[in-house]
This record gives sequence, C-alpha cells and structure tokens, in this order.
Amino acid sequence: MSAQFYVSPEQMMKDRADFARKGIARGKSVVVMSYADGIALVAENVSPTLHKIGEIYDRIGFAAVGKYNEFESLRQAGVRYADVRGYSYDRADVSARGLASVYAQSLGTVFTTEQKPFEVELAVAEVSDAQIHDHIFRINFDGSISEESGYLCMGGQAENVAAKLAELWVPETDIAQALAWAVTALQSPHQAPVADAERTESNAVPLGLGAATLEVAVLERNAKEIRGTHRTFRRLSAADVATFLPSNRQD
Amino acid sequence: MDSSRRDSFPSLNAAGASSSFLEFVTQNHPDLLPFRNDLTTGALPVTPHGTTIVALRFRGGVLMAGDRRATMGSLIASRHIEKVFPADRYSVLGIAGTAGIAVDMVRLFQVELEHYEKIEGTLLSLEGKANRLGAMIRANLPLAMQGLSVIPLLAGVENGTDRGRLFSYDVTGGRYEELEHHCVGSGSVFARGALKKLWSPQMAQERAVEVAVEALVDAADDDTATGGPDMIRRLWPVVFVVTKDGARAVPAENLARVAGQIMDRRMQEAREA
Repeated sequence: MSAQFYVSPEQMMKDRADFARKGIARGKSVVVMSYADGIALVAENVSPTLHKIGEIYDRIGFAAVGKYNEFESLRQAGVRYADVRGYSYDRADVSARGLASVYAQSLGTVFTTEQKPFEVELAVAEVSDAQIHDHIFRINFDGSISEESGYLCMGGQAENVAAKLAELWVPETDIAQALAWAVTALQSPHQAPVADAERTESNAVPLGLGAATLEVAVLERNAKEIRGTHRTFRRLSAADVATFLPSNRQD
Repeated sequence: MDSSRRDSFPSLNAAGASSSFLEFVTQNHPDLLPFRNDLTTGALPVTPHGTTIVALRFRGGVLMAGDRRATMGSLIASRHIEKVFPADRYSVLGIAGTAGIAVDMVRLFQVELEHYEKIEGTLLSLEGKANRLGAMIRANLPLAMQGLSVIPLLAGVENGTDRGRLFSYDVTGGRYEELEHHCVGSGSVFARGALKKLWSPQMAQERAVEVAVEALVDAADDDTATGGPDMIRRLWPVVFVVTKDGARAVPAENLARVAGQIMDRRMQEAREA
C-alpha cells in the first residue's frame, strides 16, 4: 500500500477553489436585475432548451452558471424543497432566504466532502411587493452566500459585466430599460477595448448577442393583478426579447 | 422526525429520477399524503361530505360547476364550501366525497401538475394529467374501502386547442372519457336527468352556464345534500369554464343573473314537481 502525500488543508481548499473557479470562468455570464415591476433574469445561452434560468416557486426564480448537470440537479432539488414546503405549510411560507441557505449548506457539503467541488454559481431571486424589498442572493461553489442589492452578475466575465452595470443601473426603471441594460452589460466583455473610443450609445450593439442567444425571464411583481396567477415567473419568447434589444429600440 | 425532514434539502442524487411530486412525497414524506394505509379499525365519526358536481362540453371548451353545500349526516356542515378548483392553466378539477380528503387531494394534484411543469419545463398533456389523477384516486382505495371515498371529475382542453375533454373516475382509479356531460355526487342522478334534456351539442358558453346552473337547481330540488342557489346569503354555485385562453371562474354577478332567471321562471310556472 502506497503512503499518501501530506497535503495541508489550506492547500487542499485552495486547489478545490481554483478548480471550481476555472470551471465557472469558462461559462457565459448571467445577470439578475431588479426593476420597477419585477426582477429580470438574463442569460447568454445558445440553447433554447437547456435552461440556465428557472422557476422555483411563486415569487422565486433561479439562475446559474457553470456545469449544466450540476446546477440542473440543484435546481430540481430546489423545486422539490419549495413544493414540499409550500404543500406542507402554505404557499406564503416558501422564501428565497430559506432556499438560499439550504443551497449554501448543500454546496458547502459538496465542496468539503465530495471528490470534486461543484463548478457552479447560483442566484436565487425573490420578487416582493416593492422594489426595496426584493431579495437577490448569490451562492458560491463553496457554499458562501451573500445578498446583493439591485443587481447581480455571475459567470466567466462577471467583473466586466458588473462594472458596466454599476455605471448604468438605477432603481425604478421599466422592463425595457432594465433588459436593455442587462444586454448591454452582457455584451461589454465581447467588445474589444479599442472599440471603446468610437462606441456611441446608438451603435453599441451586438457582437453576437441577439434574441436567439439570450435567455430571458422575469418575475412579475403584479402577476396576480395582470395575469391572475400566483406564479410570477414568466419566460420571454425570442420575439419578445427582440423588441427589448438595444439595437431595436427607438430611443 | 418527519417535521424535521420536511425542512431538509432533497438529495441531489434524486434529481432527474422523477418529475412526479406524488412519487417524491410518497417516498420521502409519506406523512404528508392525504391517503395513508395505516388507518386503525373502528367506527369513523360522521365527517363532512361534498356533494354534486356537473361538467359538460360546449363549443370551444368545457365547463364544470359544483354546488356549495357540504353535509355531515343530516346536518349541513358548510354552506359555502368550494368543490371545483383550477388544476392548472388549462384544466379544472371537481371532487365529491369525503371533504377532508378531497380538498387535500385537490391541493396535491395542483402541486403535482405545477411540479411537473417546473421540473420538465413543459406542461403535461391532458391525457397525462388524467392518468396522474387516476393514480392518485387508486392510492386512496384503502381509505375508500373504509368509507372515505372521493370521486373526482377532470375537465380541460389540450394546451392551446379549444377541444374540451372530460374524464370521470371510479374509486379504483378507473378513468373514463365522457363525450357530452357527466355528474358525480349525491345529487348526480337528478342533475344527469336535467342535462339529458337541456344539453345539446355545440352549445355556446353562455347557454352552457345556464344549463349547468339549472342542473344543479334540479339536483338541489330533490337531493337534501345538494345546496341550491342561496338568494338570502347570495351564494351561487362555483362555475369554471376552460377554453383556449385557459381556465377561469364565471363571475358571481353572471351567476346571480342566471340563477335569478331560473328562479323567476319557475315561480311563474308555479309547478309542483
């Protein structure tokens, strides 16, 4: 029997974290953003069926970056958790905070005990009656959790995207503006830095980001009044998305 | 033990195993199910029972209506119970029988459909919904044999079409498609008699509402367990229509008008039976 080499706990955690970060950095970015009438979840995604964004419960949405099979299993577990909770207590008793903390526990356990950590980063968003009460949680591969105010960016180019959004985002905007910002921010890493000088608001469009490569869903604050349903999650069709793209906007 | 497990996070390995909430709950939280097989023997006290449900097809969709009474032996347990519910966007569910189990079974069925939709990202087909409901009723068979039976009716349209379909069940979970109309519950024989005369193919939606309310009025006339329109308390039957645009409740003011017309006509006719 061969003796194992000693690896210090610090080194082991660092290796695992580096491994997970590398996996996540390969993925495309996702933006979650609160606006006047709800929360928008926008992902760069070439597949129309392998979703990165999903519905968890009445007021709760899910977005993820990283390995599909890993975040899909987390999404399904989240739906099961929420449905069991809502069925055994009441629909009102399912909260994003509760879900985010079980996600954090679950990811934390996988990070320390499994063969390899999950290469995913999750966002859990809960729309509420007013924008200031909206919650957006970020859960990392190691189980660390944080609440973001207003908007959140994840994925390979998260820093660039977040920097762009930090310039643009203000509260109380309409959906068209929010989606336009989200798309602009997602596009920012695609544009070569040299182009920056010549870029103006009107031509600041698409190297490759069109309705076909975007996955967009919203949690509608007033779904009950507008659509008569307790489920606020609505996926936008490619045609809907096209009308919101910065290139097609009139202003 | 079970209440702590209820808050625990589902195993990640279970993911992808099943899209059925019923299956998941049966395996992991059997205490949450409305039907359990560990009922002890002994006489069961009298429990509230829901009574008459009628459903019928019309041009462009399908309709379901239920009276508002629940009875406990010879007593009225509730005057305003609701026994017809939207199951999801394109289907409605009505249940007659032991109210306590029926109401929970409706909730379970609603979660079952929503759960499937969320996990799979697509709606279950109408046929699929009908089969899931059959499985649920069959799971309740042990209780039904102790006298706690529930009999549902399922009505809906295939997603995005306007062809209404109607499914009836027996206690063993047997599922039968009804082509014109169907009634369940204690007043169903009288409602069925009324529907045989009043129903016609290709009825418009407004006429279908009138026919359904009149069938319930006839049922209430001869069955003590069925409640008629209550003019004093202004309680009307619960009526849902399902069309291409989805399931929606017929508003109370429409029902008040329809019930009022039926009452006026019968008062003028001054018939005895």
